[in-house]
Amino acid sequence: MPPAATAGTERSNQTERIFGMFKTMLLIRAFDEAAHQMLVEGLVHGSVHQSIGQEAIAVAVCGNMRRDDLIQSNHRGHAHAIAKGANPTAMMKELFGRVGGTNGGKGGSMHIADFSVGMLGANGILADGMSLAAGAAQAVTLKGEDKVVGVFVGDGSTNRGPFYESLNWAKVFHLPLLVVCEDNGYASTTATSSVTSGGGPAVRAASFDIPVVSVDGNDLRAVDAAAAELIERIRNGGGPQFLHAATYRLTGHVSKDQGMYRPAGEFEQRWDHEPVRRCEAWLAEQGVSPGDIEAAHSAAQAAIATSVAEAKLAPFPAPSLAYADVQDVGGPSCPK
Amino acid sequence: MPEMIYADAVREGLAEEMRRDKLVWALGEDLSTAHTSTSANQYKDLIEEFGPRRIVNAPISESTIMGAGVGAAVAGTRPIADLRSIDFAMCAIDELVNQAAKIRYMFGGQARVPLVARMAIGTRRGAAAQHSQSYESWFVHIPGLIVVTPSTPADGKGLLKSAIRCDDPVVFMEHKELWGAKGEVSADPEHLVPLGKARIARVGKDLTIVAWSRMVVLACKAAEELATAGIDAEVIDLRTLWPWDQEAVFASVRKTRRLLVPQEAVLAGGFAGEVAATVAEALGDVLKTSVRRLGAPRMPVPYAPPLEDEYRITDRQIVATARSMCR
Repeated sequence: MPPAATAGTERSNQTERIFGMFKTMLLIRAFDEAAHQMLVEGLVHGSVHQSIGQEAIAVAVCGNMRRDDLIQSNHRGHAHAIAKGANPTAMMKELFGRVGGTNGGKGGSMHIADFSVGMLGANGILADGMSLAAGAAQAVTLKGEDKVVGVFVGDGSTNRGPFYESLNWAKVFHLPLLVVCEDNGYASTTATSSVTSGGGPAVRAASFDIPVVSVDGNDLRAVDAAAAELIERIRNGGGPQFLHAATYRLTGHVSKDQGMYRPAGEFEQRWDHEPVRRCEAWLAEQGVSPGDIEAAHSAAQAAIATSVAEAKLAPFPAPSLAYADVQDVGGPSCPK
Repeated sequence: MPEMIYADAVREGLAEEMRRDKLVWALGEDLSTAHTSTSANQYKDLIEEFGPRRIVNAPISESTIMGAGVGAAVAGTRPIADLRSIDFAMCAIDELVNQAAKIRYMFGGQARVPLVARMAIGTRRGAAAQHSQSYESWFVHIPGLIVVTPSTPADGKGLLKSAIRCDDPVVFMEHKELWGAKGEVSADPEHLVPLGKARIARVGKDLTIVAWSRMVVLACKAAEELATAGIDAEVIDLRTLWPWDQEAVFASVRKTRRLLVPQEAVLAGGFAGEVAATVAEALGDVLKTSVRRLGAPRMPVPYAPPLEDEYRITDRQIVATARSMCR
């Protein structure tokens, strides 16, 4: 991206890079806010898991990947999808269950996927993404490709068996796998520390002799630097790497969850450390004007407003499509 | 056609598919070494030909054997995830049911899962409660899965080849007491047995016996004994439980007007019930007598031989039930 001149000063490449990632964070936040609002209005169904407060990790990790690199997401997948390049309008249509949704209306929020950008799917079963990603990395190796596979897991998933099996597996088979632990401190509505022994995700991963980098996950530039290094190591044949990113979920486990299980004051205090405002302050220090920052906010809001408007106009899938894509041999036939 | 044992036939089928397509590979515990300590030689010598990246000796991590198989299938390869035995596959059911069976559908057709999940079923003398189970009916209940239960060496080979070439996940179930069974097997590497097509194992006119896996062997043995008593039984080997060949079964029952479905698994909730109910609904008016099922008592598989015999359905029980139906 060429440096742009603003208010008479030349912005550095690094400033432009971070400003670009900042805009993606704004898009994710606007998407997640709209997704919840549409759930309240009855246009989105089921439940919505938002990434508000955690955007920097998805954006910085995916920002260091190629389009043909692969990522495996978890239940909180909107941020991962947008960061990897999925179209927010197609995603919003999916949340609405409409024609033109990324999954044709078959998956919804928790199964959002866009294989065209290497986003192999959000997933409702925690830690399962670990073994799926390990397998995808094994396929990459078998095919002789130089792709990197990334998998996003939460701190809650580190108490499931597949987490350990897959770390061991990735190390034993020297797979091109980046494990990103988005540690927001809560396993659904339970404080992870109250149900977890030992020294946490980084210590656990390190016990497999997998290199670990721990980072403040709300510091976009710090995650960007760490992800760049780890992905380069993997691309150069360094085997699996582990990124432990501390963050905080500024909304509930699901969007309607009021977070009553959190200690008084925690929520308010954590808002002061959220990634968007921190990045904004840094951008201002680098000479990005208040007008440019305000324009970025407006652009994200406008883009998502358009996504919502288009989703509202899209039709529902024909009922006969419920019978499609079960299986080639022995699939159900539509009665009409 | 050459004669070979079942385990060798399925190994030959796998080797042929691996030679045909470099993206076919297998992962599981002890794949390169099992034959040195047990009679499970379905992978013998394959690592020498295909190397450790395509015959992958896995740690004892069933969840990840299945999960990595699913992920690798989604990412464009054709893995055979071998769980060795359905009892061990219990540790990987989540990855099979929640992931493999759902991915194509819930992602709106963006992905396919060309995975073969291989897990042996069946009682083997003295193997007791945790190494003898037959849960083929569970997988029939899962949309997205194909369920294969070959009974002969030829079908073991031909159906494994079809399973590997299938773009959807296939649960491939060998019976442990069939691994040593002999039979003629085609040497043609393009000889495939289609998924969902039954085989008439014995032609008859008085009674239809529908069976699968090792029960086909017992049903054929029973049919020969029934013949000496003047009862001409037709034996249908379903080969595939999902999809199952309803046309073949219906055609046979229209002819014989009697149906007996013996299974090795526990009777309650078994696949024999599905066959019996489907036929009763469709052809109730042509049946001369009630559909009958045979299946194990609802007990874990016991260890001591006389106790294990209480669990097993025998050819003698098939004969006795068939005779009572043809009186």
